[in-house]
Amino acid sequence: MNPLNAIAVGFKEIWANKFRSLLTMLGIILGVSSLVAMSALVKGMENGMKEALIAIGGLEKVRVEEQDIPVWQQHMADQAVGTTMGDVHALLRSAPLITMVVPEMRTRNITMTRLGKSISPWNFIGTWPNAVELNQHVMAHGRMFNEIDDENARNVCVIGTAVRNALFGSPEQIGREIIPIGEFVNINNQRFKIIGMFEHYEAEQDKKARELAKDKPPEPKGGPERSKGFGSSKGSSRSGGFVFDLKNNTVYIPLNTMWLRFRAATGVSGAGSGSYSRSSGSSASSTSGSTAEFVPDPRLSTLSIKIADIDKMDEALQQAKNVMLHTHKGIEDFSFRTQENWSEGITQAISNARMSGGIISAISLLVGGIGIMNIMLASITERVREIGIRKAIGATFFDVFTQILVESVVIAIIGGLAGLFTSNMLVKLLVAMSPTENTPVITMESMLLAFGFSVAVGILAGLFPAFKAAKLNPIQALRYE
Amino acid sequence: MALIELRGVSKIYHLGGEEIRALDNVDLDINPGEFISIIGPSGSGKSTLMHILGCLDSPSKGSIKLDGMEIGSASARELARIRNQKIGFVFQFFNLLPKLNVLQNVELPMVYAGCSSRERRERAMDALRLVEMDNRAKHRPMQLSGGQQQRAAIARALVNSPKIVFADEPTGNLDSHTGETILKLFHDLSLKGSTIALVTHDPEIAAVTPRKIEIRDGKISKNVDAKLSGQHDGPKFAVGSQQN
Repeated sequence: MNPLNAIAVGFKEIWANKFRSLLTMLGIILGVSSLVAMSALVKGMENGMKEALIAIGGLEKVRVEEQDIPVWQQHMADQAVGTTMGDVHALLRSAPLITMVVPEMRTRNITMTRLGKSISPWNFIGTWPNAVELNQHVMAHGRMFNEIDDENARNVCVIGTAVRNALFGSPEQIGREIIPIGEFVNINNQRFKIIGMFEHYEAEQDKKARELAKDKPPEPKGGPERSKGFGSSKGSSRSGGFVFDLKNNTVYIPLNTMWLRFRAATGVSGAGSGSYSRSSGSSASSTSGSTAEFVPDPRLSTLSIKIADIDKMDEALQQAKNVMLHTHKGIEDFSFRTQENWSEGITQAISNARMSGGIISAISLLVGGIGIMNIMLASITERVREIGIRKAIGATFFDVFTQILVESVVIAIIGGLAGLFTSNMLVKLLVAMSPTENTPVITMESMLLAFGFSVAVGILAGLFPAFKAAKLNPIQALRYE
Repeated sequence: MALIELRGVSKIYHLGGEEIRALDNVDLDINPGEFISIIGPSGSGKSTLMHILGCLDSPSKGSIKLDGMEIGSASARELARIRNQKIGFVFQFFNLLPKLNVLQNVELPMVYAGCSSRERRERAMDALRLVEMDNRAKHRPMQLSGGQQQRAAIARALVNSPKIVFADEPTGNLDSHTGETILKLFHDLSLKGSTIALVTHDPEIAAVTPRKIEIRDGKISKNVDAKLSGQHDGPKFAVGSQQN
């Protein structure tokens, strides 16, 4: 019997038992569609996280953070100076594997006000001009402050779009984009000029959604305006990923301005004091109490460095550590936070999701395979007589084996194809129901994998019943009632 | 030369340590064109003999030559090929596949022989014409009467032009009138040159054939050829004798 005939016979048999075959296929359909949908979800997650990773500055960026002094150095705690500009200059001079050093000085409890509107930006950072480059900011309007602004500690600031939205109104509310370059705002009652604004950062997904929404007329609002809880930042139609929100909610001022205007107001002459008071920025505290020997807290909140070569990450960090141990009198009160940790976390999370999804899908495919085997066994028991007749008129072991195997594989193939179709529908449904920032993406590989897997399951499930059928003794099979 | 030659064929089953000789040292020749009946009560070993003659089973001992070929030691695959090419079976319960129509049932042996679909169709229609079933080609077995089903089964048995056709109680499931028509069909086929072996327990049916082989306890107890002894004057059919 030629294979084409065998396939035709297989199809006929499946068609003769439509409902039963459909039920059998259901296992494979579910298995395949769950595998494809799962991998589409994971792929979507992966894409979203990769975008976010690039947005926060890529892998070359390393943050030097304060760390609790190790137990064995606790006795020297009062000698720890913290991270200062001294470290910055030392690193620039003595660590050739580090191409860029960006000092950051943060202050909390900041309120920016303008004409009755106010905002407390999440990131209020005094820094150097090269922060733009390191943190992958893009200037949309105006300019970044420069070294002269920093040298003279000018009251200038560069803001993100979320700050603009809060103080001037978002494009969605106003109907046109406001570019507030040259405007003045009050930051903790000090007058600052806005000299630049970053572009609006968002995930690819949100950008598309926003451009689509632009064409539609605005929906009429029902009832009074209300806040929809945390995360629904005004202006953006969706919470476009935490990383992007964080980036939009940033204000940069020159480092020296920060030091003099805000640190000086803390009333702490913190040089070498070792106390953690850098964040006590209450505006009402005594500037009047400053004396001649008063020096504002010179400690930096963080230090961001850029590694020359990602492959030499370990060497560069060792270099930085050596330099900084020197400036810190051997006290290890700092640590390095690489994006690598973060990206490893992402990779880990993704591989976990992939693994669990894969296992679930594999189990459902396995169950589908068992279903096929079960049905094939029932079917050959039902058809013992038929097999006997076929053998009596000249079917060989191989003929019967092929026939049963083909039936099982055809069921699996049809089930697999139906599963691919269902998975596409399923993913569409998921996208329609929950428009998250991580759109599921169906990949060709996952479809091929799922389909191949279903065919393999069909073959495996068919082997035993086919063997059993082919081995039937024709005399006994013919006698079977 | 005999079409089938059995020499010292035995079939022995072992059931719980007990030895059962279903066939005991049987010698038998069947010549081409013969119309014979194998007769015996149930349990006599006639079915076992038919299975061995029909290559469905292998003997425990002895040699069988079919068409000059030794098949006592043939593999399962070779036996399947011999069944397909040289032997036709007609069963008591017709054994047509219910999901296929008559034409497809008749084509089935040729499917395993590897014939082209065009050849299959032509030869199947020829075979159906021979048993006067060509007008029922598209019917399902369930839509036919018992006699019609048996005719279709005979067409299937003949379609590969076998050397010999075995019919196992072919009238056992039919009323006596239809049974006689079927027997007459076999008779006509034998007149056209087919070698046919009827297996039955019924002496009346066996009376149709010129040669009778009686089996008892696994041995051939009688081997009567009416033609040789001149006693046989042809079968008496109640239904009108068919021309040609």
